[in-house]
Amino acid sequence: MTLTQFIFGKLTLDALPHVWYTIGGTAFLLAMGVAAAGFLTYKKLWKWLWNEWLTSTDPKKIGIMYILVASVMFFRGGLDAVMIWFQQASAAGVSQGYLDPGHFQQIFTAHGDIMVFFVTMGFLFGLINLIVPLQIGARDLAFPFLNSLGFWLYLAGAILINFFFVIGGDFAATGWLATAPLSELQFSPGVGVDYWIWSLQVSGLGTLLGGINFLVTILKMRAPGMTLKKMPLFVWTSLCSMVLVVSVFPILTATIALLFLDRTFGMHFFTLTAGGNPMMYTNLIWMWGHPEVYILILPSFGIFSEVVATFSGKRLVGYMSLVLAAIEISLLAFLVWLHHFFTMGAGADVNAFFGIVTMFIAIPTGIQMISWIRTMYRGRVNFTTPIYWFLGFVGTFTFGGMAGVLMASPGADFQLHNSLFLVAHFHTMIVGGALFGIFAGITYWWPKVTGWKLNERLGRRAFWLWIVGFFMSFVPLYILGFMGATRRLDHYDASTGFQPLFIISAIGVVIIACGALMQVWQVIVSFKERKQNLDTTGDPWNARTLEWSVPSPVPSYSFAVIPEVCDRDAFWDMKEANGGMPPKITKYEDIEMPKNTAMGIYVSGFVFLIGFAMVWQIWWLAAVGLIGAIACVIIRSFDEETEYVIPAGQVEKMETARQLAMRQ
Amino acid sequence: MGLRRTIRPRISRNIRDIIEVMFSILDPKGPIAMQEKGLIITAVSIMLIIVVPVLVALVAVVWKYRAGNKGAKREGNPDDRAKNTSFAREAVWWIFPSIIVAILGVITWKSAHALDPSQAVSSNVKPLTIQVVALDWKWLFIYPQQNIATVNFIQFPTGTPLNFELTADGAPMNGFWIPQLGGQEYAMAGMTNQLHLMATAPGVFTGQATEINGQGFAGMKFEVKATSQNDFDAWVASVRRSAHPLTLDEYNNLVEPSQNNPQALYSSVQENLYGAIVAKFMAPGMMMSSSTPSSSMPDMQNMPANMPGMKM
Amino acid sequence: METAIEHKSPHGTNDKAILGFWIYLMTDLIIFAALFAAYAVLRGNTFGGPSERDLFSLPFVLAETMILLTSSFTSGLMMLAAHRGKKNQTIGWLVATFLLGASFLALELSEFSRFIAEGHGPQASASLSSYFTLVGTHGLHIAVGLLWIIVSSMQVARRGLTPFITSKLTRFSLFWHFLDIVWIFIFTIVYLMGVAL
Repeated sequence: MTLTQFIFGKLTLDALPHVWYTIGGTAFLLAMGVAAAGFLTYKKLWKWLWNEWLTSTDPKKIGIMYILVASVMFFRGGLDAVMIWFQQASAAGVSQGYLDPGHFQQIFTAHGDIMVFFVTMGFLFGLINLIVPLQIGARDLAFPFLNSLGFWLYLAGAILINFFFVIGGDFAATGWLATAPLSELQFSPGVGVDYWIWSLQVSGLGTLLGGINFLVTILKMRAPGMTLKKMPLFVWTSLCSMVLVVSVFPILTATIALLFLDRTFGMHFFTLTAGGNPMMYTNLIWMWGHPEVYILILPSFGIFSEVVATFSGKRLVGYMSLVLAAIEISLLAFLVWLHHFFTMGAGADVNAFFGIVTMFIAIPTGIQMISWIRTMYRGRVNFTTPIYWFLGFVGTFTFGGMAGVLMASPGADFQLHNSLFLVAHFHTMIVGGALFGIFAGITYWWPKVTGWKLNERLGRRAFWLWIVGFFMSFVPLYILGFMGATRRLDHYDASTGFQPLFIISAIGVVIIACGALMQVWQVIVSFKERKQNLDTTGDPWNARTLEWSVPSPVPSYSFAVIPEVCDRDAFWDMKEANGGMPPKITKYEDIEMPKNTAMGIYVSGFVFLIGFAMVWQIWWLAAVGLIGAIACVIIRSFDEETEYVIPAGQVEKMETARQLAMRQ
Repeated sequence: MGLRRTIRPRISRNIRDIIEVMFSILDPKGPIAMQEKGLIITAVSIMLIIVVPVLVALVAVVWKYRAGNKGAKREGNPDDRAKNTSFAREAVWWIFPSIIVAILGVITWKSAHALDPSQAVSSNVKPLTIQVVALDWKWLFIYPQQNIATVNFIQFPTGTPLNFELTADGAPMNGFWIPQLGGQEYAMAGMTNQLHLMATAPGVFTGQATEINGQGFAGMKFEVKATSQNDFDAWVASVRRSAHPLTLDEYNNLVEPSQNNPQALYSSVQENLYGAIVAKFMAPGMMMSSSTPSSSMPDMQNMPANMPGMKM
Repeated sequence: METAIEHKSPHGTNDKAILGFWIYLMTDLIIFAALFAAYAVLRGNTFGGPSERDLFSLPFVLAETMILLTSSFTSGLMMLAAHRGKKNQTIGWLVATFLLGASFLALELSEFSRFIAEGHGPQASASLSSYFTLVGTHGLHIAVGLLWIIVSSMQVARRGLTPFITSKLTRFSLFWHFLDIVWIFIFTIVYLMGVAL
């Protein structure tokens, strides 16, 4: 090995940007970085940013950071979507569109990975961080340092998945799950799949830490009196989702590691030669992959339960049914993975078993719908933006769900597998289900986090753009599926008749983009007129759960005094016992809070180095990263002074001021 | 009066024809695709039985109990009834979706077995075997009984059961699909999957690849032609007169990646080529070269029993 | 109104940390389960190479197993000493555990290098890939455990057996016993079943 090879591994000058999209991507990233740095320097905000936000262990701050990063990644993945649509709308017959096949395949791969791992998971971890501790009457998560570390690992993964723009030039072109043997060196010789491997390993580690953290928090840190059967539905569904996270993310870790060993060390887990078994990759990756999509949807189901109850002015009907439904969905998640590859040849008995068990999901899903309708029955339904998102969810998810149950039948799946019908189905589930729930939750909890409400009119406008755009984008895809249109095609014959539908679909995605931009506009306008929409009481919706019992925005210690819980809808209960107001606090105590720490940033920085070094096989750099990360962890383990105290007197002062404001 | 009666059915039949021609999955030309279409329609209809009422109920409830509606009867203190909901009353609601799913479950079991791709199409006619090798990025078809081969084109007689044997070489996982005849099945290296289809009407159909396999994915289509028995025999005879045999060298050329291959015909095929292709991944030294005498090619009949195959 | 009842003895036997660690161990177990599954599928794919019976030496593996089981025993003795507040004994048993664990690792590495020298490395076949990865991942965990022992010994030496430190030792011993259990599975499924069945 020459000295250059030792220092640079597989890295050569070729890896620097020299195609239009890598140059463009790098330029954009640089511009964003320079703009942000410039703004912070001009306003002298570096110290504030570091002390108040980056090193924070407060789940409320970490939650906001997750949501900010997820929003940025949303536009990154959305741009991919627009590019896909324009290619497919133009690539009929002689015209092969404006993207070459390899590039097109990279775009839809990146689109899928970014939307699943960095957008949806990011939004969900953000909302869970923000809201779950408040709903259970806890001041923090069980492991504040791990919370910070988890976020920074997520961000490191997000940077890694975009880093190929700067160094490398290619991402994986295999589809979002990098199926073997297409993802093996034989068929994917570049570094694209390696970037895929390491960005997912790094962020996956963060996800796993977050899952453990949320689980222990919900199990161990509920306020006194809050038994499991008194928890809000958002907490229940988050609990189920996190049980799934800790159960299946290790499978992803192991499977990606095996692919890494094949590619980097010449092993033969999934290769075509030397006894490798590609079908095993398919099985393993979907044993993770199917539960993953239930991880994505479960918290949104909980959000809808909260929103429907609050905006019907009524207690949730069928609480136990909803809880059991969430548990049943979690259990079913483990039993259905084979329905992703009925066509791989497992035989009728195996296919039929998995197909039937897949269909069972319709039962708990249907029960949820029925329970929400029963809740609104004889309630007082207030048409706020979150309720619009709920209605949009029902209108889309029902049909997408039917498509899913249809494909659960192997005989039907043989015709619909890998078609655009499938693509329409899962987008309906994730967009209509998970994403609409996230939008509803963000709108609903916005005043709690910021202290002011979002503009309702613009919110509804954004909703209509989204729902019209959604139907315009995806109904053509369902139809195209029946026309025999396979997914992931970069061009097709004009005689197929696909093009008009692709064009309609592309117009739909432009409308969705307008909806997303309208949401950004909504935030800007609402910020400007926030003084008119202040939430002075902390309870702007006359809601039912504990997070509404604390001021808006929430003070660093969340609860001046940890409440005692007697019933479900703990806050409603407290209000009823006190004539519509939250109870007055009589006795204050010292509050212990976790200190800020930069260790999460340092460890993640070293882990990023490891990821980058492994992609390019720069072994000395990987060793540096590993030693650095381990050293940081060891140093942290010696640190006993991880908390600080807010004296009771100070707490009393802050609380009295807020109670004065409320009683006005 | 009489005119209306004849015009109306003709118009609706025409609309149906237009829809069916565009929608290849809904325009079956063989018994398998026909059954699959029937299954789709049945399943959707059964699901609509519960979905439509639920959606109607949602719209009705949301409209009647909206905050602005003065006339609606609201719950006085909704909490009391909700607190005392009995287990039995809750359980009743679970029955409705469970019944639908149970019905669909039975249908799924039956149809999954009836439409099992490895199950032969029942017929008195002697089946035709076509061996399919997915390559980067074209389809090689070997007719072992006729000793001819083609690339990106197959022809067969209507009313004859077709036994497709699927494998791949030099290519990742592939999906083999002729929408108007039936569902797809994967073609993977080192193993054989079976797909049984039949065409009941003559015609020209498209076949395509369904599983992403690299740059040439979108161009990996093949032409499918169903004709009468006589036309088929004539076609086989003409292929036998075509220029090139499919020798081992020619095959190894084909394995090299290429895109948008034109159709090709081969007058004869290297003996037991398909068996050799499947077996070449089993042990070192099984890679084929033209210097290996054909008699030492592994024989499909004597394959070891534990070869990785479709039954998992 | 009562205030918080969460276990606020700030650095005591923190049962949140113990529960969190158990959950982490379960995730580690699932990683091993995936590797075991891969091994079960691929163990026969020797691609013409030697079978498990040809490769493995059961007496050798028995020695490794006895060493590792003994190290679990010394780890247990370490915890007893820690709970009794006996600082030097704790460090002593930590050192003993380290020596035994290091011997185990040395034996395992010698087995690996012997196979590789004979041309039966992880690149030779799927069967060998899955063997090296499964057993090697366990070995990596042992190495992490050894590093943990070093750090723990330093912490005990400098700060004594405070509740903070003892809680960490508890988590270490859970980790070490967990690795022992995984080894029992490896010993049974990989070596015993590979040779005998």
